[in-house]
Parts: sequence; C-alpha cells; structure tokens
Amino acid sequence: MDNVFEKIVETIVDSKGIDAASITPDSTFKDLNVDSLDIAEMVMTLEDEFNITIELEEGIATVQDLVNLINERTKG
Amino acid sequence: MRILGTGSALPKLTVTNDRLAGFLDTSDEWIATRTGIRERRLLSDETLQSLAETASTRALENAGVAPGEIDFVLVTTVLAETLTPALAMDIQPAVGLKCMGLDLNAGCTGFVAALALAKGMMESGQARRILLVSAEALSRFVDWNDRTTCVLFGDAAAAVVLGEGEGVKAIAFDAEPRREVLCAETPPGNSPFAVDPAPATYLKMAGQEVYKFAVSHSLRDIRAMLDMQGLRPEDVDYYLLHQANLRILEGVRTRLRVDEARFPHDIEFTGNTSSCSVPLLLDVMNRDGRLTPGSRLIFSAFGAGLCTGTAYVEW
Repeated sequence: MDNVFEKIVETIVDSKGIDAASITPDSTFKDLNVDSLDIAEMVMTLEDEFNITIELEEGIATVQDLVNLINERTKG
Repeated sequence: MRILGTGSALPKLTVTNDRLAGFLDTSDEWIATRTGIRERRLLSDETLQSLAETASTRALENAGVAPGEIDFVLVTTVLAETLTPALAMDIQPAVGLKCMGLDLNAGCTGFVAALALAKGMMESGQARRILLVSAEALSRFVDWNDRTTCVLFGDAAAAVVLGEGEGVKAIAFDAEPRREVLCAETPPGNSPFAVDPAPATYLKMAGQEVYKFAVSHSLRDIRAMLDMQGLRPEDVDYYLLHQANLRILEGVRTRLRVDEARFPHDIEFTGNTSSCSVPLLLDVMNRDGRLTPGSRLIFSAFGAGLCTGTAYVEW
C-alpha cells in the first residue's frame, strides 16, 4: 500500500514543516526530529484515516517500520 | 452539591530538570519539549500525611467551614503511608475532624470519581459537608533509574470542601480496562502459602499508548459533556485537564479548537501529580482570581485502569 507511505509523509510535513522530498522510507524519525509522542499523534491520524486500531510497540525507528506496522493492521 | 472552598500543599523540595540530568541520561530540553515540565516538588523530610493535613486545613479556611461541620472524609490516593488505617482517618486529629473516612484509588481519575461518590452521598442525605482530599506521592513508586517515567511525576496534596447547593452539575465516566500500559505491583508479603507471588514493581508505563488513550478519550468525554449540557466548546471558561503532559493538553485543545487561555496548566512547576492535579490547579485558579461566580468549568481526568472521568461545574 503505497498510499500508507504517502499519508505518513503528509502527516510529518503537516506537523513538522519538513520538505516532503527529504523523507524516504529509510528516514529515521530521530533524524526527522519526530519524537515518540509525535509518532503517537501521527498514528492517531492514521487510525482515523484507515479506520484501524494500532497498538504502538517499541522499536519503530524508521518511516518504513511504521508503514509495515500499518500494512499489517490493514491486511484482510 | 457545590465546591465551598479549596486548599493545597506542596513539598518544600523543588527538583529541576537540570538536577535530574545530574544522575539520569536526560536534559532540561528533552524533558521540557516532551512534557512541558520544568520542575516538580518531591517529598524529602515531610510526610504525605502532613501535606494532606495542610491542604485540608487550607480548604476548610477557604470555605469558611469549621472542622466540626465535616461529616465525611474521602481521600483519593494511589499509595498512602499506611495500608491501614486509611489516610482519611489518619489526618483527622491534626485537622480537628471526627467522622467516617475512607481512601479510594482510581489512579489519576480519583478526584473526579470521588466527586461523583460525594454527590451521591449528598443527594441521598448521607452527608451534608464532605472533605475530599487528593494526596499523591508518586516519588515513592516510580523507578528513579528509568528516565522515561521518573521525570514525569511530582508529589502533592489538594483538597476541596463540598456542601449543599448547585455547582457540580454533571459527572460522567468511561473505561477501557487495560492493565499492561500503566501499572505497578504491590509487595507480595511473606505468606508461606502463596505460590509464585508476583514481585513488587515500580510504575511501568507505555507512554505512547497512554498518550493516545488520553487525547482520544478526553476529547470524546469533553464533547459528550458539552452535548449533554447544550454548550459549545467556547462557552466553557476553563478546561481543567489532568496535568499529565502538556502535549496531551495541546492535543485535546487543538482538536477542540479553543484558545490557549481556556486550557490552564501548572504542570511546568508540579509535574504529573496523579489524582491531585485537577484540585491543585483548581486551588491555584481559585486563589489567583481566575474563577468568578458562574465560571463554567469542565474537569477531565484520565489514567490507570484505564479509566476517565469528566465533570461540568459552575463556580
């Protein structure tokens, strides 16, 4: 689901004012200056967007980690 | 039922973020940007009981109610000095009280939960004047080696005197029973019959899950209360949220689309004081003149359980 990545980029751009072009799947949230509560905020937006519930686990380090977590929850 | 007076007491020791950075891998910048907290008050040579006594006396004075007029004491605390008797009984000699009292634990939601019990007792004629005290010493069960939790909390006591009248208009609750995201285990004791008792633990918290719960549920609770009262968000003068984290307050406030002045906070100076935080902020606002007769207030508390409580109050 490519639109999961797009949506995550959109929420990071909205909340942190970062240039979308600088965000890749391998970008770490640390490098993007996105802290753990920013991730929780983002996940709340994504939960509403995709109508899913995501239980946040430790170890979400990169944008791709979050894409994977959401893809798991939206399967089937 | 209405709130006749308020009082509070804080420990004398102020601990800044910089002081914590002296023994933890953290910094003022790290703590302040993630929580809004700059300093907290922590028990050193005083007791939680002494804070509860002082807060109670101040609330009685503020209410103009004599100790002898109180006919019931409710205390909210997660962990008092004694397992038994209740703190609600232990504070009585120093405050000049002589009545039934009991302690309640609903985590950070305790104060709002106890308000509902007090309201029921008033309306049923069980009591005419109730002293409600919230007293919390989180410093005793957070892990001072865990930089993700110990920096968040502070110790405090705050009290309100409740009497007959119109003021506390409505109280509502919600719950999502989940233990693992916020819990602390008590010591197992030494019973020779206990099999594999769970050891005591310090407070454990899954911060991101608690954040999501707090923002989504507080917002939902507030909207439901506004609907019930036929009010718009801007009709309420002040939203007194449990002071858990400034980012939670901002998460709720921005979704509700109201200006910053309607979401007062004192977490900068106190940290998260669990069930104390709402009555503590209420006392600050009562004494600095922000509350005037007819002020419309919404209390929203949330915490371990997980559970939430919301109250609509006209001052």
